Amino acid sequence: MSVTTESLGSRSHGDRVRGTAFYVLLLVSVTIGFLLLGVLLVDVIRKGIGYVDPTLLNEPNSSDPNKAGAGPAIRGTIYMMILLLVMVVPIGVGTALYLEEYANRERWYNRLLEINIQNLAAVPSIVYGILGLAFLVRGIGLGRVLLAGALILTLLVLPTVIVASREAIRAVPDSIRQGAYALGATQWQVVWRQVLPASIPGIATGSILALARAIGETAPLLLVGALTYVAVNPTLLGSYTALPVQIYQWIARPQEEFRVLAAAGIIVLLVILLTMNAFAIWLRNRYQRRW
Amino acid sequence: MSDMESAPAAPARIAGVDEKILAERAREAASTRRDVLFDVSRLTVSYADVPALKGVSLEIYKNFVTAFIGPSGCGKSTFIRCFNRMNDLIPSANVDGTILYHGIDLYGPEVDSVEVRKRIGMVFQKPNPFPKSIYDNVAFGPRVLGWKKDLDARVERALRHAALWDEVKNRLKASAYSLSGGQQQRLCIARCLAVEPDVLLMDEPASALDPISTTAIEDLMHELKREYTIVIVTHNMQQAARVADMTAFFSVEVDEEQDRRTGVLVEYDATPTIFTNPGDKRTEDYVTGRFG
Repeated sequence: MSVTTESLGSRSHGDRVRGTAFYVLLLVSVTIGFLLLGVLLVDVIRKGIGYVDPTLLNEPNSSDPNKAGAGPAIRGTIYMMILLLVMVVPIGVGTALYLEEYANRERWYNRLLEINIQNLAAVPSIVYGILGLAFLVRGIGLGRVLLAGALILTLLVLPTVIVASREAIRAVPDSIRQGAYALGATQWQVVWRQVLPASIPGIATGSILALARAIGETAPLLLVGALTYVAVNPTLLGSYTALPVQIYQWIARPQEEFRVLAAAGIIVLLVILLTMNAFAIWLRNRYQRRW
Repeated sequence: MSDMESAPAAPARIAGVDEKILAERAREAASTRRDVLFDVSRLTVSYADVPALKGVSLEIYKNFVTAFIGPSGCGKSTFIRCFNRMNDLIPSANVDGTILYHGIDLYGPEVDSVEVRKRIGMVFQKPNPFPKSIYDNVAFGPRVLGWKKDLDARVERALRHAALWDEVKNRLKASAYSLSGGQQQRLCIARCLAVEPDVLLMDEPASALDPISTTAIEDLMHELKREYTIVIVTHNMQQAARVADMTAFFSVEVDEEQDRRTGVLVEYDATPTIFTNPGDKRTEDYVTGRFG
């Protein structure tokens, strides 16, 4: 076959059109996502930025929009995040380690466990709220307290943390485990000294992203008693509120000023969320490994 | 096939193997006492009840370098992993027969695989340093065994032994991944030596390395066999001829009906014999390059 300018340039017309059309489609998809997010952000910031002040950050809620703040709600959200972190990471990582390093997949109960976790990840958050109300608040009589809210959020994001941790653990190459075993390490030593340290960046990233999802949740918290008027700082076994609940309550008010206040609350929530996501990205880049 | 059978029975010889090297091997072998370290008898390894290696019996001698050669799929890697019970880590693997080590059955009921691996170290085909510093890689074994005293001296000794000390002594805290492939493999050898094993198992230790690094590893084996017993799997026949005192040739038996391929030991003898005067036709075909 002889090569001529013609034969090298003879891609069919239809092929070229399809290629271009597909590319345009991709651009449109990207633009829609970016535009919507951008409009949302600009709108919220334009409305609310004037209200982001010490009053908002420190003062409790009030019926006077000029005096109302989200202090207890912000602190409630932060306390809840800390509680959540303390509870969800050990349980999630422990489960992931068991499933990846110890569980024999031939056994029916391990397979059942796996299917269960995958299903739990798909359960709507309101269902967790109902569970919390029935079991935690009323069942064991914990009451509508901060701990109950944190426990429910723990259950909510546990599947996500487990899945992310399993991915991170699975990414540790087997050659590392084998190298450690070949030196006379026991399974406990291999897991504790090699597998876990090597998978920590992935686990941390996954956990932070799961946490970021949890702090935006409103529905389950409404059911387990995140009250909308709390003047005092939250305590473990006291009444509490959280930022998304506060925002929800403000938006529901008829006065225009409260909607602006809600926008300001959203800005605070977004700042917390974006900070967490940025930290997750930084962690991932900082500890990225090549095997 | 018929061509092969009618070939004249010329003395087997492989390209690139110097007669002098083999003669030297023969002299060495004659001057070294043969103390049996491993006595393998009728060893069969199966994966999910399908035998991968069948009926292997041989003896491995103290302070010898013993090479396992053979075509792909002949079970030589499976075999070497029996000596430190690495096959235990594969749930479907099953080992039958006995391996006596200093007269004790490695697969006996009272033997702990962790204790076995402390004494019988292993270097893998691909360098597999831990994602830690050079120092921590070598210190891992001693730390796991609870040897905390004189860790620095132990690490230095292991690195010197593996002929790596001079190249890394100024950057012990650097990541092991900053080393070249050949250095990483020597680091893995140092890591093994740090736990003062009795035996070093090497599963194609140079197959992922360049020729210069390969030479470095081979030189190292010559040094190390004074203190250690070395068992090496290799694809490279020249390498076996250069480093090994004893060579075992494995081959594949194909069962067409069941579509099974099983490894068998064809011949085991002093390396010069295997390469110049093999007793089995299959060995001769393999070492002269007519097969595999």
